[in-house]
Amino acid sequence: MLDTLKLPERHYLNNGHGLKSWLLTKDHKRIAIMYLISISAMFLLGGLFAAAVRVELMTPEGDLFLADNYNKMFTMHGVVMVFFFLIPSTPAVLGNFLIPPMIGAKDLAFPRINLLSLYIFWVGAAFFFYALFAGGVDTGWTFYTPFSSFASNTNVVPTALGAFISGFSSILTGLNFIVTIHRMRAPGLTWFRLPLFVWAHYATSLIQVLGTPVVAITIIMVFVERAFGFGIFDPTRGGDPVLFQHLFWFYSHPAVYIMILPAMGVISEVVSTFSRKTIFGYSFVAFSSLAIAVFGFIVWAHHMFVAGISTYSAMVFSFLSFSVAIPSAVKTFNWAATLYKGAISFETPMLYAYGFFGLFLIGGLTGLFLATLGVDVHVHDTYFVVAHFHYIMVGGAIMGYLGGLHFWWPKLVGRMYSEFLSRISAILVFVGFNLTFFPQFILGYMGMPRRYHAYPDEFQVLNIMSSAGAGVLGIGYLLPVIYFLWSLKYGEVAGPNPWGASGLEWQIPSPPPTENFKEQPVVHGEPYEYTPHVAREANLV
Amino acid sequence: MGSFGIPLFPEQASTFARDIDALYLFILAVSAFFALAVSVAVVVFGIVYRRRHAGEVGARIEGNLPLELLWSIIPTMISMVMFGWGASSYFHMRTPPAEALQIYAVGKQWMWKFQHLEGQREINELHVPVNRPVKVTITSEDVLHSLFFPSFRTKMDAIPGRYTQLWFEATKVGEYHIFCTEYCGTNHSGMIGKVVVMEPSEYQAWLAGGGVEGTLVERGGRLFQDLACNTCHLDTGKGRGPSLNDIVGKTVELADGTTTVVDEGYLRESIINSQAKIVRGYQPLMPAFQGLVSEDNLVALVEYVKSLSPTATTAAPAAATPPAAPAAASTNPPGAGEKN
Amino acid sequence: MSNAVAHAEVHGHAEHHTALQHHFETMQQQKEASTLGMWVFLLTEVLFFGGLFMAYLLYRTWYFEAFAEASRTIAIAPGAINTAVLIGSSLTMALGVRAAQTNQRTATVRWLIATIFLGLVFLGVKVYEYADKFEHHHVPGANFISESPWAAQEQIFFSLYFTMTGLHALHMIVGVAIMSVITWMAAKGRFDEHYYTPVEMAGLYWHFVDLVWIYLFPLLYLVERHN
Repeated sequence: MLDTLKLPERHYLNNGHGLKSWLLTKDHKRIAIMYLISISAMFLLGGLFAAAVRVELMTPEGDLFLADNYNKMFTMHGVVMVFFFLIPSTPAVLGNFLIPPMIGAKDLAFPRINLLSLYIFWVGAAFFFYALFAGGVDTGWTFYTPFSSFASNTNVVPTALGAFISGFSSILTGLNFIVTIHRMRAPGLTWFRLPLFVWAHYATSLIQVLGTPVVAITIIMVFVERAFGFGIFDPTRGGDPVLFQHLFWFYSHPAVYIMILPAMGVISEVVSTFSRKTIFGYSFVAFSSLAIAVFGFIVWAHHMFVAGISTYSAMVFSFLSFSVAIPSAVKTFNWAATLYKGAISFETPMLYAYGFFGLFLIGGLTGLFLATLGVDVHVHDTYFVVAHFHYIMVGGAIMGYLGGLHFWWPKLVGRMYSEFLSRISAILVFVGFNLTFFPQFILGYMGMPRRYHAYPDEFQVLNIMSSAGAGVLGIGYLLPVIYFLWSLKYGEVAGPNPWGASGLEWQIPSPPPTENFKEQPVVHGEPYEYTPHVAREANLV
Repeated sequence: MGSFGIPLFPEQASTFARDIDALYLFILAVSAFFALAVSVAVVVFGIVYRRRHAGEVGARIEGNLPLELLWSIIPTMISMVMFGWGASSYFHMRTPPAEALQIYAVGKQWMWKFQHLEGQREINELHVPVNRPVKVTITSEDVLHSLFFPSFRTKMDAIPGRYTQLWFEATKVGEYHIFCTEYCGTNHSGMIGKVVVMEPSEYQAWLAGGGVEGTLVERGGRLFQDLACNTCHLDTGKGRGPSLNDIVGKTVELADGTTTVVDEGYLRESIINSQAKIVRGYQPLMPAFQGLVSEDNLVALVEYVKSLSPTATTAAPAAATPPAAPAAASTNPPGAGEKN
Repeated sequence: MSNAVAHAEVHGHAEHHTALQHHFETMQQQKEASTLGMWVFLLTEVLFFGGLFMAYLLYRTWYFEAFAEASRTIAIAPGAINTAVLIGSSLTMALGVRAAQTNQRTATVRWLIATIFLGLVFLGVKVYEYADKFEHHHVPGANFISESPWAAQEQIFFSLYFTMTGLHALHMIVGVAIMSVITWMAAKGRFDEHYYTPVEMAGLYWHFVDLVWIYLFPLLYLVERHN
């Protein structure tokens, strides 16, 4: 069976050679691959900054970097990871590649705008690199005023502009997805027959389109403060520095749902495929995605409970913050229930899904501590918060992204990777991650503040544990680079559907032809249907 | 307290600490329960329902409405308990008792400056009596900072241009950390110190050391004259500015028709940005002192004006009779002898 | 006869308009996608300007006297002229869309040129206004001078004035550029009654930018003018 599988003769990767055919492509699949390369490079850079931070924090004294340089390290770690890795990640790579085939379309609604969004991403990254080589930036990725507008003497303007520009890349991706999902579904593909991956990206796109413009204009306001001496946030002229926080978090809180929703979409696909069972509570999962998008917009001031907001508004935002936790809990229960009476196998994508369960559970549940006012006053701006958001963004979003990459890799390149190495990598990531970030919850409750270059001696043991874990985590992240690259040449040919999955994308060749479908498919059945016949044909199990 | 030599909780050194730790443990217990339950379930399902042969598929189960409702409603109810408890603790933490001892904190890059009413000034150290509520009014001279006492389980941001406040009642004598918890530039991690909680008698003795310039009220009184405030703010109220006697805590009507309560924030704003909220019936004549008066001196002026409202609920200085301190008067001077 | 029909005849299938992109199945689908896309984009623009409007709302509530006094120093006439100019340009735009819709190439081009012209008039008046502000030291920051007791908060007003009208002017410039491209396409005969979507989409954008100005004008120029 395996011997008879061959790569298709013509597919999107060999349909046109040369740099120009790639840089001027309109093919969403090629654009996705270029995003993959770009954000992988940014992830490596962000990881280097993280390594610098963790190495410095092994000792209580600030003895590796000068204080100013340490401040630049954590700032640039945040800027790169948030704006240039996490926000694009799953949507720009997997969403771009998979949404058209999943809905039976030949491309996204606006292929040239898709290419434009990639160019804009590169321009934004270029601004960041300029800032980096000009000496870096030290405001924290959150750019709080008045420090960022008046006090910092680092390259705030180019960094802020880089983030601003990259925001438009995000907006255009979201816009493209919304129009595509509304207008380009194949005949018979009603909304409630869509894969949940598509629902997740639809909800994400709503956030991208509504939230990102607000942080864009906020960055512009900081820019005019700094560049022209305008006084929108300047307290000596009656300006309110806390206004910045409201405007900033109005986007940046929904932004975290931009990061997690697509990963949740991946988990739905993976859990269903590797249990050979339809998702339990499909419409609940679909509506929960929308609910998260909507509620995500009305909780922003839970980042500001100690910023001088009134007691009553704090209570309102705390109450609402619990509301956004419920849909996430509902999804988690539905995924777990999907496993019940399934036919489960543990290839690497499923290992990542299991890792996601463990880590997202902890990350999400620790959000409850932060939504609870009395506790938040104590742990705000300590390592407790750092641990919480890393559990969600790394433990959740990145596990989802990596799981998706491992799941759809055969579709992207037509070949399989080493299952042995990938399982090791998944386990290393899970173990290393917990070792890195669990101690930080304890550090936070003990009172260790964020963004500290040096700290009291009693925090050292936990910091050493955390740094050791970061080393393991780093190895776990580097391994995929090796075996994915290796697979491009030497991996087993995968065939159209190595996992026995459902979904239109698994019915076209791997790698797919440029136009995805020769003829537009017509959809009759429900999603996530598994038959023994297709299951037996899956050449892996 | 801790396990294996690794500390898990800071000292419980304030009246808040027990309650917050208990709430924390409650949320921890609920979280641990759900985390374990779901983790165990997915692991058990993974084992019990593992695929046994190539063609095996799972059962066709699409959902279960009662189950969906159950696991939506129960977490909602549990969240409401967390919310309610947390909100009530927060409300308590944000409502300083009327008799709280008043301290002023000014954050600046990169130090904390504390001022006691008796005139003592401290940098990066704060002496307070045990078992006595203390209210700290906080501001910043430059960028955002945040005043954090982990052992008291409370913090509040220091915002330039505004007063914020926190309060605590220390329950255990000792020394505890002070941290800055809002990133403020180069030496953010150096903006730390200690709060020294003392027995009342020791605190009195410490206070006796006194401030060289006298109490805050006395310093404020001198500034009031030096800056010529007394030339417009006459007792009679017929000067160019309103009388400042007995105004603290009252509601005044402003020129634009709105009303405001006279508190520390209003007093500070009226000095810095005098045109913003003028009392009805007076002209916009007061010069703005933005940039001309430091935050430290603003605090003294505010305390002085507060002393002109002896019946208003503000904290009396802790020292009933601080001996030997130069220029330290015995109690709140009514201020009458210090004007005009 | 438009080029589109000729292309269709060459291509062999009558319904395959030259402007149909190959990832769409029908012209109808393509038009619906374009329209939805433009409306979503305009929604992002509402949120974009919205942040500034929120800041304006907050500070006007806090510092009404300062805002009123600052607003009264701005000459109404140029602003009023600009408002009329923009509304006129929306009219010429709408007429241009109508002309494209009815396959009148010359009329389309004429109305589009009129729209561009009015847009340029708007920008010219804005240049005059900004230069005037510089002279009177109303630009916040180092240039700013004011005797008013509310000088500090007036700087906030003018910060918002320049940021909001500046952002709007930037959108006008982009609009003029887009219109130029559309006009060129119309002159080349790219549009007919089956395909004039770009004209219509450009029109939506133009009307939106006009609408933003209609909000900006009273909020910035007309605060407390009744006495």
